[in-house]
Amino acid sequence: MANDMFTPGVVAGRLDAEAIAENFSDLHGQYDPHEAAVAADRCYFCHDAPCITACPTDIDIPLFIRQIATGTPEAAAKTIFDSNILGGMCARVCPTETLCEEACVREAAEGKPVEIGRLQRHATDTVMRAGLHPFERATDTGKKVAVVGAGPAGLACAHRLAMKGHSVDVYDAKPKGGGLNEYGIAAYKAVNDFAQSEVDWLLKIGGITMHYDTKLGETLDLAALQDSHDAVFLGMGLGGVNALPVQGGDDGKVMNAVDFIAGLRQSKDKTDIEVGRRVVVIGGGMTAVDAAVQAKLLGAEQVTMAYRRGKDGMSASEYEQELATSKGVRILYNAAPEAITDAGVEFAYTETVNGELRMTGETQQIEADMVLRAIGQTLSDAPGGLALERGKIKVDDAGATSVPGIWAGGDCATGGNDLTVTAVAEGRDAAENMHKSLMGEG
Amino acid sequence: MADLRSEFTGVKSPNPFWLASAPPTDKEYNVRRAFEAGWGGVVWKTLGFDPHIVNVSGPRYGAIWGADRRLLGLNNIELITDRPLEVNLREIKQVKRDYPDRAMIVSLMVPCEEEPWKKILPLVEETGADAVELNFGCPHGMSERGMGAAVGQVPDYIEMVTRWCKQHTRMPVIVKLTPNITDIRYPARAAQAGGADAVSLINTVSSITSVNLDSFSPEPSIDGKGSHGGYCGPAVKPIALNMVADIARDAETANLPISGIGGVTTWRDAAEFLALGAGNVQVCTAAMTYGFKIVQEMISGLSQYLDEKEMSLDDLIGRATPNVTDWQYLNLNYVTKAKIDQDACIKCGRCYAACEDTSHQAISMSADRVFEVIDEECVACNLCVNVCPVEDCITMVEMEPGEVDPRTGKVVEEEYANWTTHPNNPSAQAAE
Repeated sequence: MANDMFTPGVVAGRLDAEAIAENFSDLHGQYDPHEAAVAADRCYFCHDAPCITACPTDIDIPLFIRQIATGTPEAAAKTIFDSNILGGMCARVCPTETLCEEACVREAAEGKPVEIGRLQRHATDTVMRAGLHPFERATDTGKKVAVVGAGPAGLACAHRLAMKGHSVDVYDAKPKGGGLNEYGIAAYKAVNDFAQSEVDWLLKIGGITMHYDTKLGETLDLAALQDSHDAVFLGMGLGGVNALPVQGGDDGKVMNAVDFIAGLRQSKDKTDIEVGRRVVVIGGGMTAVDAAVQAKLLGAEQVTMAYRRGKDGMSASEYEQELATSKGVRILYNAAPEAITDAGVEFAYTETVNGELRMTGETQQIEADMVLRAIGQTLSDAPGGLALERGKIKVDDAGATSVPGIWAGGDCATGGNDLTVTAVAEGRDAAENMHKSLMGEG
Repeated sequence: MADLRSEFTGVKSPNPFWLASAPPTDKEYNVRRAFEAGWGGVVWKTLGFDPHIVNVSGPRYGAIWGADRRLLGLNNIELITDRPLEVNLREIKQVKRDYPDRAMIVSLMVPCEEEPWKKILPLVEETGADAVELNFGCPHGMSERGMGAAVGQVPDYIEMVTRWCKQHTRMPVIVKLTPNITDIRYPARAAQAGGADAVSLINTVSSITSVNLDSFSPEPSIDGKGSHGGYCGPAVKPIALNMVADIARDAETANLPISGIGGVTTWRDAAEFLALGAGNVQVCTAAMTYGFKIVQEMISGLSQYLDEKEMSLDDLIGRATPNVTDWQYLNLNYVTKAKIDQDACIKCGRCYAACEDTSHQAISMSADRVFEVIDEECVACNLCVNVCPVEDCITMVEMEPGEVDPRTGKVVEEEYANWTTHPNNPSAQAAE
């Protein structure tokens, strides 16, 4: 044997399969019915509730919680899915602490919000576990829609369109559906292959045909899609990764955090995933946290997450930061990478003065045999002919692009913000607008 | 620490907390545990003649719960003691001998004829018990056999049986009343007319707690059928308080001692019964929910309260009775307005929903969720206060005499004025 946390270099199997399985178990356990009842009891059923306003998909949260409290989690799930067909995944990955639960009046009252995310999971799991799909497809309209990208935006769009009776072809570059739900989030947030189960469940609506391993610009042509379909929705996410603008940024020890996470997610038991003894993650978002925490859970001895601005600027929530530190990740704030060296990473300390980031002159060198970059993703392969804005496909409030007949949503479009729940809302709303247009109501 | 020693119709106990006649007082074992825990007295579970009754062997209780399954109301279909008379009498004697400072009251229920009462009373007297309580209250089972509430619902029977008992024993006689009547004053007056030393109330309220929506049986279900039971616990306290007050302020029964029963769960509940005129309280459901130890909180709480108010137990008893009046005498010149403490408000909007949907449209809501009372519309109904989840966030503020009520445009009068003299009252007497 075997490797352990002190084995030099980048190796697999620092922990045995059992330890890894334990480390990667469900982050939040499921409620049993009694726990759900107790948690649901705490909801005040607010008027015009702030939690609904805070939810990008506008789920009627007080109503679904009341339905749980009265012993009808199935009805609660229907309420959730009406607004958010990926409510099961959102219950697992939403940063509720900055969305619904932050807005909960009990957060104001006692600093302890109703656990909306876990209650949502209780309801959605109840229905999905039973294999129930509480929606029916309307009569076939004869219209065909192409959806590019089987991530949250594309799936939400496809489901809503299919429900309204349209025939939907969904294309994805990857061999599986789910997008970042399948490839891009920490494994402990979606255990038991939930992302695939959710895709399978969603497809029960009927009228959706999946086409995998089909990439726009390679085996798929936008103009051809426009010809063969009555409307097109683009939801392919961000395919490119920002490079590290530093000396040695393309050094062999540097890896994209998204690729590291994708590898983890596709591994059977994760004993084959290589991880450094000393890992540095560069970035301050959710992807950085997911990569750092999982590196630690794989058995890395030291994991440092470095962010060039202060704690307040970090896009990973306070909760995510605490999760990281509780798992043994060190978070270094105000540290901008200067160079990747043989030994590790050289950082320059920063400070923010009058809104501008300045170097203080202090530096630090952190040993690393593996560097994960998580400083954002870009739309690497935007199809030609579409107006862009800030590097993303420009869309209006309804999700329409500059080209008639083409809509877009999720991270590849201007409204996207790296959140599953936002992508779902945009996919859903675009579908509504596409439906109007297709039926001549728009 | 306040002196909680109590004397109720001549019966002394170290505190005014007695356990009511019910399952907790059915056996020597339970009662000894109760006395060890600190209860001032017990009313022993109702005795009857042998052959002793039988209980159902299915569930005896049904319940209503609040948030987090807090028990709010309990319903039972249990009958009087199902143990032989001789066993109960022997145990009563032994316990009273070992706890001479505690009140030992024995509840009785025998057929509505003179002979059975004449026969059982000496047996009880022989145990050394301090008093008897006549169970004219149980609404289920025994009432079908002409006992319990069947007696308590007919004032003439109450008076008759009470008189027999007073004739055949030297022990004080407490008459336990059923709330399943229209006006509690009539049975209370009948008990007094029969010579009762005191009344105790309320017994349980006839009830069905729930229906099983799969089997369509009332709960508790006995082989698919249910029978009404007797309801008790926190849910019945308001009913009990009103009945206690009715008797306490009735000119005919104003001096009749009352043992208050019905949902007493904390020292506060007990203090409220005492303030409305009860001389002591009896407890059952709270003990059945939490065990006998709750009496320790009742003792410490009541004691602290009396100390803080610099009152004796006697000062408290009946202190609120004069403030219970008829609606027609309420001061119509007393004007209040709801006021929302914006610092305490958590912006749930329940006050708004309640007022807007179901009341007087007297609360405004801004885009950023600031809720404010519209004085021009507020009738001071208090609903917003009651639905607000934050205690004291919304309060009713009294308007000063001389101020103009924005709702009516009228100056708030300093003088008391009630319905009896109101111009809209067809029976009003013009002030001469």
